[in-house]
Amino acid sequence: MQTFSFYSDGRLTVRFCGELDHAAAAGAMYALTEAAQEYLPRTCVLDLSGLTFMDSSGVALLLRAKKLLSRSGASLTVQSPPEQARRVLELAGLGAMLVQQEPERREVGSI
Amino acid sequence: MKAENYIKLEFPARSVNEGFARAAAAAFAAQLDPNMTELGDIKTAVSEAVTNAVVHAYPEAIGMVQLRMRILPNRELEIVVKDRGVGIPDVERARTPLYTTGGEERSGMGFTIMEGFMDRLRVRSIPGKGTTVTMRRKLTRRG
Repeated sequence: MQTFSFYSDGRLTVRFCGELDHAAAAGAMYALTEAAQEYLPRTCVLDLSGLTFMDSSGVALLLRAKKLLSRSGASLTVQSPPEQARRVLELAGLGAMLVQQEPERREVGSI
Repeated sequence: MKAENYIKLEFPARSVNEGFARAAAAAFAAQLDPNMTELGDIKTAVSEAVTNAVVHAYPEAIGMVQLRMRILPNRELEIVVKDRGVGIPDVERARTPLYTTGGEERSGMGFTIMEGFMDRLRVRSIPGKGTTVTMRRKLTRRG
């Protein structure tokens, strides 16, 4: 799995591409942590649109990311999960973290 | 119950094999022509069960994980993930949502997800002998 980061004006976007499972989670968390510590964003968006699969290892990553970012007062939102990842998030009770993305890609909610 | 078809795979409890197990399960289930949601649910449930074995079954060495699948009458799919590892001392507690012995890297949602995506889930475990997870899902007819 690959991780891509983009930072602009206080907003860090981290995009995961591939399968986010136990095998990939440690590397993904490392990349996210490195980016968060480098940019100290006010908001962080996890873009899941590139995922082809996610299981509860991805859920654990989201919870760890939320905890990490909250230490510096940053908010975390999750956007554009494919259907399979969305089902996992909702079953895990994390549906509230999902942000509905407008066509012009304007953020409409945050936690 | 007599199976219409079956597979039996065995592989080391290595994290890199989690993706293989998902792909194998999806390839076997494909003969039932599942829809995308069903296929995703099957892969996810297998991933959770296999990952549990990889993470917990063999703390001192790399043991083996067995994946068995059967196609039963009326489009029912049975999935069995078995290890001969350390076992689970308290299965009911292990199945509690958010409970994990795996530290912050684990969410403790594996069994919850298996229960949510399968019609039936049975977990049998004997400490020191191993764990067997048996799941069943009936697939919808298409067309």
